[in-house]
Amino acid sequence: MTDTFDPISLGRRALFRTGGMAAAGLGLASLGAPLMAAPKHTMHKKSSAMEGDIGVLQGALALEHEGIAAYRIAGGSGLLSKGVLDVALVFLGHHQGHRDSLAKLISEAGGKPVEPKSDAEYIKALNIASLKSEGDVVKFAAGLEQGAANAYVGQVAALQDHQLAHLFAQLGTDEAVHWAILNNAAGGSIAKAPYLFG
Amino acid sequence: MRRHVNAHARTAIGAVLATCLLVLAIPVQAAGDAAAGQALYQAKCGGCHSLEANRIGPAHRGVVGRKIASAPGFAYSPAIRKLTGIWTTARLDQWLQGPQKMAPGSKMYLNVPDQTQRANIIAWLAANPAKR
Ligand code: HEC
Repeated sequence: MTDTFDPISLGRRALFRTGGMAAAGLGLASLGAPLMAAPKHTMHKKSSAMEGDIGVLQGALALEHEGIAAYRIAGGSGLLSKGVLDVALVFLGHHQGHRDSLAKLISEAGGKPVEPKSDAEYIKALNIASLKSEGDVVKFAAGLEQGAANAYVGQVAALQDHQLAHLFAQLGTDEAVHWAILNNAAGGSIAKAPYLFG
Repeated sequence: MRRHVNAHARTAIGAVLATCLLVLAIPVQAAGDAAAGQALYQAKCGGCHSLEANRIGPAHRGVVGRKIASAPGFAYSPAIRKLTGIWTTARLDQWLQGPQKMAPGSKMYLNVPDQTQRANIIAWLAANPAKR
């Protein structure tokens, strides 16, 4: 009765419900049996088209750096309960994997991968100090994941290299899964119209 | 529901505006829906931008009417720094149709092909002027 109109406790229950799913995922990962092999994309030729693609990759890498910092800092805030923290750590691991693939591709193409900013900069830019509860953190993370999924999907058309376009589809769908779980946990709604990302 | 009301209101305003235009022959750009623009902004731009802070892209508060590539502390590309003048709603509309067309080599690659979405996002940006 009391929590009927409380989106945060609703959210918490929802995340605990999804906790079972996350635990199953964790089990798989710890068995060392990921669903998909890590992407083996490469970039060889260097052209002006390639320069453009490197630019897109650099932006994506900067975005992953920011996401990693957000999860790391919010994860260490003490605001998250064990079940939620476990899920957050799985997502953090995905973002670290994304970072590694992107940085490797940039280096192989002759670029210098962008470095992360300082934690102080991320805390200020993302207003992380304003997060006061688990519900706040979950909503905040959902927002970042939605932005990331859209950034990936929205830049596929700018890529010249089809293998990179495939990588961006993989990156975008990872973020979309993160968003879906977090949005559900936060008690968020889902649009009726198709094409949730673009 | 609110959508409908807004759509009707827009149509009515549009009709009035069209009449004014015929009478005065002053070009006025159809205004977007800032509330819809806020949600679109969060979803499509929020991975890289926010109003108040430089992130992957520059801070957006007050961007309408601001000199291009002038957010303090943001490391812009040489490509966008070559553009002169200020961001008008028309130039923002052009930017969102293809930053690489407007400033080849820019660090922004995302396009918003849908005209209504662009108008709504720009309306949201215009609704957030610089703080005094
Ligand atoms: C993947 C990251 C990314 C996304 C997503 C993105 N941008 Fe950008 N944006 C940038 C970067 C990086 C720059 C700086 C461009 C440069 O230096 O060449 C920029 C620059 C801009 C500028 C120029 C601002 C100035 O100070 O002159 C505007 C306006 C802009 N973006 C609007 C948007 C809007 C609106 C959206 C959402 C529809 C969006 N951007 C989505 C990365 C992004």
